[in-house]
Amino acid sequence: MCGIAGLIHRGNTSNVGFELQGMLQALKHRGEDSTGYALYGKTDGENFIMRFKVGENVAEGSSSVKEDVSVYDERKKIVDSYLSELGAKVIKEDRILPYSLRYEIQYDKDLMEFSQKIESVEGVEILSMGKSLEVIKDLGNAEVVCNRYNLDKVVGTHAIGHARMATESGVDIKSAHPFWGYPFSDVSVVHNGQLTNYWNNRRVLENKGMRFMSECDSELIAVYLAEKMRNGATLEEGMKESLVGLDGVFTYFVATKDSLGMAKDTMAAKPLVLYESDDLVAMGSEEIAIRSILPQEIETYDPFDGEVKVWQI
Amino acid sequence: MANLKTSEKKSKAQSMGLHTEVLTGKTQQKFFNPDEAENFYYFGTYDVDFNKRTEIDVKNMDCREANKKIDELMKDGYGTIVIKNPQGKHSLGVGILNKLNLIFEGSLGYFGCGSMDGPIVRINGRVGWSCAENMMAGKVVIEKNAGSCFGAAIRGGDLICKGSVGARTGIDQKGGTIIIGGDAGAFTGFMMQRGRIIILGDVGINLGDSMYDGTIFVGGKIGSFGSDAVEAELTDSDQDWLKRKLKVAEIGENFDVSKMTKVVAGKKLWNYDALEPTEKKGAI
Repeated sequence: MCGIAGLIHRGNTSNVGFELQGMLQALKHRGEDSTGYALYGKTDGENFIMRFKVGENVAEGSSSVKEDVSVYDERKKIVDSYLSELGAKVIKEDRILPYSLRYEIQYDKDLMEFSQKIESVEGVEILSMGKSLEVIKDLGNAEVVCNRYNLDKVVGTHAIGHARMATESGVDIKSAHPFWGYPFSDVSVVHNGQLTNYWNNRRVLENKGMRFMSECDSELIAVYLAEKMRNGATLEEGMKESLVGLDGVFTYFVATKDSLGMAKDTMAAKPLVLYESDDLVAMGSEEIAIRSILPQEIETYDPFDGEVKVWQI
Repeated sequence: MANLKTSEKKSKAQSMGLHTEVLTGKTQQKFFNPDEAENFYYFGTYDVDFNKRTEIDVKNMDCREANKKIDELMKDGYGTIVIKNPQGKHSLGVGILNKLNLIFEGSLGYFGCGSMDGPIVRINGRVGWSCAENMMAGKVVIEKNAGSCFGAAIRGGDLICKGSVGARTGIDQKGGTIIIGGDAGAFTGFMMQRGRIIILGDVGINLGDSMYDGTIFVGGKIGSFGSDAVEAELTDSDQDWLKRKLKVAEIGENFDVSKMTKVVAGKKLWNYDALEPTEKKGAI
């Protein structure tokens, strides 16, 4: 089933980590195999934040194979050496969990070349790369993941998140949402639904040099939009094209450094409730997600079929 | 499966869109005889006094607790119950089978007021997906917008939304009336079997897709007609009924009903004849 939530503070910042945690926790009955956050925080605007994993969470319920922690250490060493080869300077590094790392990096060359090199290390995946974006995803419900990564203090302008019930692919971090819009910095996607022309689109996009890290159909949306933008389309144009190019049922959110968008398929088969005011837009699969941050009576509505909307910060 | 024939007698009611088939064979229509009422016990119903009024705050209750509380209050004879702070919770006010004035001071989530038979409900807010699903009788008025599958499979009663509604409004509708003050999304009246839908605003694509019977009246623009949905002549009796219904519904009282579009089933998709499936197989 899955639940998605998103919010954008327009002209202001707020404790988006805490707010999104509340929204996603309200949707936990829609799935708590894994939960993911894409948080757009305040940065100095100079350095990239790279969130990456060198292994999977192999806790109970995971579909991943257990590996020795020494393997993670070995992979980290290789990543460090590749960063040096690429001319990237690590300003700060945090190893949040044995398999999950956060690096602050100075780098000014091609992101695709960078990503391909880093992800050529077996078991390594860049979860996000951006000057504002940080993608954090792991097994468990929103509260569990928030506590594990200390997200409730994160201040920022906007955020999107996903509570997942695994149906099409495994219970693991690589299949969890949000997906980074590789190779674009600061682009992330969450999706609720099923895409029925995943393999056809994937083959076409892979032939164009785009990369897929999982077999989760939702990843297609991030790659599809990234490819459109690589060819010069704006985010909104890419989203509108996706209503025709993607087959199936879907409601998805996409976020960039300064914007948040939503798209709904032409059959309106997947739910979405939206609250819109001058200074805040909040949306989720169910109204209770919005009510977790706005308990007072508010005006909400369901966007219609085939609707695409984009808001700026 | 029952045999269906088209009735030769075209009554006034039928001309306004009530069902036109007559069931024969094993499946017969059975109508309730009021004289036999004393022989029936309707489980889960209470005698309530409309003048006995109370309020409950469900802010810190989950939906089971809130519904149980409503049930206890009805058991105590309360006939007017005001629910404070529903805050978008799901499945509130479901399965109420007796007369009751129920007022929600706020919005409901999914499946609000489902499977009910008799209450008059006013929701001073918005409702999520599948509001009043399977309603048998009663009246539900929503002051703001509604989500998708509004009035799914209702069999009777009046379901009124003063704002706009999502997709698949009246899906599988089997009776009753749905009235929308604003716009409606795609697939409105999808597979509806009986009853009527009135939309004062615009409606999305695939209106009345695969509808078996029933009538849809649209005041605004139609995105597109669905399979087997066709436009029909708006008669004087239709207009009289629409005026009366809109007045009672406290919505669009001054709306010019003469410009509405009437949509009915073309009945080309019907495969209910006794020759199914042998003849079809032969044809294939």
